[in-house]
Amino acid sequence: MSSTDPASAQNAGQRLTALDAVHRALGATMTDFAGWDMPLRYGSERDEHQAVRTRAGLFDLSHMGEITVAGPQAAALLDFALVGNIGAVKAGRARYTMICRADGGILDDLIVYRLAETEFMVVANASNAQVVLDALTERAEGFDAVVRDDRDAYALIAVQGPESPGILAAVTDADLDGLKYYAGLPGTVAGVPALIARTGYTGEDGFELFVRPEHAVELWQSLTKAGEGVGLVPCGLSCRDTLRLEAGMPLYGHELSTSLTPFDAGLGRVVKFDKEGDFVGRTALEEAAGRAASQPPRVLVGLVAEGRRVPRAGFAVVADGAVIGEVTSGAPSPTLGKPIAMAYVDAAHAAPGTQGVGVDIRGSHEPYEVVALPFYKRQK
Amino acid sequence: MSNPQQLRYSKEHEWLSVAEDGVSTVGITEHAANALGDVVFVQLPEVGDTVTAGETCGELESTKSVSELYAPVSGEIVEVNQDVVDDPALVNSAPFEGGWLFKVRTAGEQDDLLTADEYTAFTAG
Repeated sequence: MSSTDPASAQNAGQRLTALDAVHRALGATMTDFAGWDMPLRYGSERDEHQAVRTRAGLFDLSHMGEITVAGPQAAALLDFALVGNIGAVKAGRARYTMICRADGGILDDLIVYRLAETEFMVVANASNAQVVLDALTERAEGFDAVVRDDRDAYALIAVQGPESPGILAAVTDADLDGLKYYAGLPGTVAGVPALIARTGYTGEDGFELFVRPEHAVELWQSLTKAGEGVGLVPCGLSCRDTLRLEAGMPLYGHELSTSLTPFDAGLGRVVKFDKEGDFVGRTALEEAAGRAASQPPRVLVGLVAEGRRVPRAGFAVVADGAVIGEVTSGAPSPTLGKPIAMAYVDAAHAAPGTQGVGVDIRGSHEPYEVVALPFYKRQK
Repeated sequence: MSNPQQLRYSKEHEWLSVAEDGVSTVGITEHAANALGDVVFVQLPEVGDTVTAGETCGELESTKSVSELYAPVSGEIVEVNQDVVDDPALVNSAPFEGGWLFKVRTAGEQDDLLTADEYTAFTAG
């Protein structure tokens, strides 16, 4: 037996989070992720996945890239640098958006928190944090605003799942009922200062807590204790990936890349042409929007296996012996009990229920059902 | 984790029972099962197939990866574990017991397999 997975041994130069010793004490299997040595799983990734869907899971996400943008023209800078209407975001709220190149290609997808009228925190993917930082710094020229690399200033812990409000309420006085989805407020959690955000990447209700790295262990242990009675378990990146896949959420490097515009990715709604002023990529994105309207690009769809073999990123999607698309992410779905995938397919084969679609799995064409995304939506 | 003393091991992380009446049982080790993560699909050779030592004879699919299964010895497949085909999680929960993969009628003794102590040292390295 030989695995196609890279070795998970720690290599020289890998960055460690403030919770590294905690992960090792918990017996985590570690993996390299964008230069960070991160927990892949603590035990069974399926059990961790189910814990988040039915109870709660605790994640170390300290590899995410935080960038602070502050100053009188911070909002104007972000409106110019990003495709979203950031000036319209109210203080205390957050927005999912993207940063594109002048040619419209997606550099990264981001969450921007408006912490105050003139202060924002931009959260980039770990693998793109430097690219985003460089682009924002370059685009800040001429604006009365500063772009600050705060990657080392924060540890990020997420508690996700239906029990997460109760768990967090046990260790904070913050008004969680008043904290809406995609909102964030400063508060105190387990005695340490934190930015408490009701965001996540699992398809469940949950919170992301940005704290100073020196407070991370204390916070992790307090949350672990608060969650003891309701089945909270530590969760690794492996189940985070199956959770976000079931929830139909895109992942940079899989569903998103510099070779796609937001319109090609089916996420044209994040581009706000009606905001004030010019922004990087506007001309190219207007063209992309026009193309998408007149000549539909490949469409991101869901695929559900009839059999048990798992589609992986890069596998060809086929129909009548011809390649009609490509898998971007695939995994066995713990919730559906079947392999699932996201794939870009030609518009002619994108309608849910389209017959005769398969995935080429190492030479064998396995039948798949085309479905609308997401695969899983939580009951509210 | 401990590797049962009575078994022999390949460097590709299969284990093999010492043949009784010429038939050995084959599975993957706990070390390999842990490295794979949750196994969700196994493809095994069929009864009557002839397998060759060191060559692929099936595959194991887990949440994050696909791994090829190598035959630790040459011989004829006499039984496959239908339980593990139906419930691949057995590979994780009982790699040395209920999670065995197939039985093979071996052509002869295998000298190049590792003892439990040698395999333990191999995986610690």
